[in-house]
Amino acid sequence: MMNLSLAMFAGDRLVRLAPVDLVIVVFYFVLVLAIGFYLKGRSNTGEDFFLAGREMTAWIAGLSFLSANLGALELMGWAAASYQYGILAAHWYWIGAIPAMLFLGLVMMPFYYISKTHSVPGYLKLRFGEASRALSAISFAFMTVLMSGINMYAMALVMKVVLGWDINFSIWISSVTVAVYVTLGGLRSAIFNEVLQFILIWAGALLIPILGLIEAGGWKALQLKVAQNASVEYTHLWSTLGSFKDNPMGIHWTGIVFGLGFVISFAYWTTDFLVVQRVLAAKDLRAAKMAPIIGAAFKMFVPFIVILPGLLGLAVLPMKLTGEAAAVASGGHSYNEVLPLMLARYCGPGLLGLGITALIAGFMSGMAGNVSAFSTVWTYDIYKALIKKKATDAHYVLMGRWSTILGVLISIGTAYLVMQFLSIMDYVQALFSFFVAPLFGTVILGMLWKRATAAGGFWGLLAGTVSSVGMWAWVKFDPTALRYVALSSDAKDMAENMYRGLWSWIICVVVTVAVSMVTKPKPESELVGLVYGATEIPTEAQVPLYHKPAFWAVVVAIVFIALNVMFW
Amino acid sequence: MRSDGTISIWFFIGVSLLVNGVLIFGAGLYQISHPPAVKVVLYDLHASVWWGGVLAIIGLLYCIRYNPNRA
Repeated sequence: MMNLSLAMFAGDRLVRLAPVDLVIVVFYFVLVLAIGFYLKGRSNTGEDFFLAGREMTAWIAGLSFLSANLGALELMGWAAASYQYGILAAHWYWIGAIPAMLFLGLVMMPFYYISKTHSVPGYLKLRFGEASRALSAISFAFMTVLMSGINMYAMALVMKVVLGWDINFSIWISSVTVAVYVTLGGLRSAIFNEVLQFILIWAGALLIPILGLIEAGGWKALQLKVAQNASVEYTHLWSTLGSFKDNPMGIHWTGIVFGLGFVISFAYWTTDFLVVQRVLAAKDLRAAKMAPIIGAAFKMFVPFIVILPGLLGLAVLPMKLTGEAAAVASGGHSYNEVLPLMLARYCGPGLLGLGITALIAGFMSGMAGNVSAFSTVWTYDIYKALIKKKATDAHYVLMGRWSTILGVLISIGTAYLVMQFLSIMDYVQALFSFFVAPLFGTVILGMLWKRATAAGGFWGLLAGTVSSVGMWAWVKFDPTALRYVALSSDAKDMAENMYRGLWSWIICVVVTVAVSMVTKPKPESELVGLVYGATEIPTEAQVPLYHKPAFWAVVVAIVFIALNVMFW
Repeated sequence: MRSDGTISIWFFIGVSLLVNGVLIFGAGLYQISHPPAVKVVLYDLHASVWWGGVLAIIGLLYCIRYNPNRA
């Protein structure tokens, strides 16, 4: 028997689709467009278009919350990271997500929900005033469309490498599809499609770890093979984090626990409007609290379809994958191709089409999340707040539709810009991280500390953002500064990001507290519904235990701890 | 999501799984009757047949359960 994993490298593409695969891919596009057209008539008011009528169940909001984050870059990037760094990549799914998602559900969601805000910048307006909202909204809108374009370009590149598709074709077909279904159906259409995409991602990707474990001979045999082909440290989650030098990622446990587990993770999952918007669409407070907990339960198992295939690649692939530059120079394959390589290894006609559909679905869910969040922030927090304050609801819905199209067009422009200047990709991804960590400092102090003032919130956010950019530039121009920013000259890029996030959050908090102490706070009557201690949170005393979000949060927390101990 | 007459998202998901499952199941059966010259690893497990079958059954159950014409 000739092994496909060797035969498929012939030619200029990784895999070749059979007619049945193309039918599956085309059917997917038809279905998502059909959903958009079907929901067109149900997005006539601002509440419908931007918040999906606030009628989503906990399950739909929770799966959409997770799906908006589960883009194909996420799938392929973390599979590549697990091939490169081993099981350490799972930290981004466990300690780098679960505690923050539970915290969002139990502690922060009541304030977002009770305040009836339509966005995270909208909450800042209520709590800290117009200046903080403007700073947050403009930076978010700007970075969101840029990131969307970068993701779009990366998707087109993957389709070119894997399927040999023309880059222009991939960019336009996927972005026009997203533009059509989000413009027609608004957030409801985006959420419906995200749930569909979530199911397809699992249906298309789940076979890889199942068949991979069968081929490897089970987990123990996989560990032995990974130890032979790479190193024994690749299958340990915590035991190698005592020193920067002892693990493939060049990171210390303090960076993982405080930088990733606390600042970066809490900042992303609790303040990035791309994901929070999905939960704001929940039908009531209990659904809004349950949605992130349901998301966390599924998030814990995503490493099964992302991290495990990377480890399996280390064990069973006949060739050694390398970095992008080395792969181009040698004509070999890069880390980023590990997931498509594993897909092609086990999946014949039909299954291959479903796997490719899963990747496309991942890209489109991420892009739809970006443009729907952009449309809301642009319309409510920039256009309505700064440009046209008094207009009809219908006018703002129309603006929402146009800004969706505008967001997609800017994303396409960014994709072509990245194509011309590839280094932009590195810079913009770093830029995006500048805004998230300080924003978490501002929001969390605003929610939990009544004494925080408008001036404190604004200057803290600005100081955190500027200091983050400053640290990044410092290391860029003087690489030896890494030992100060990341506490070690052995730290790699990821470790630097963790520590930069941690410092910028601390600076934001210190400046917010200091400025607040010397400025006049709002009277408590103006903080009702916005701040802990000034807001009455509805109790759930009459609800059965198994209906309480706190009960399910404890269940998720126990499984989370067990997983960390199992793979210690 | 059905209180106001909207078709449930789970129905759309059922349709998607059913169509994909039938296509994959059919492709798997075709591969058994016409074995390809180049085979995937673990070809003998016929993953297309059982995975396609599982998806089709789950999809069918969802289509029935969330059928918009059902009372």
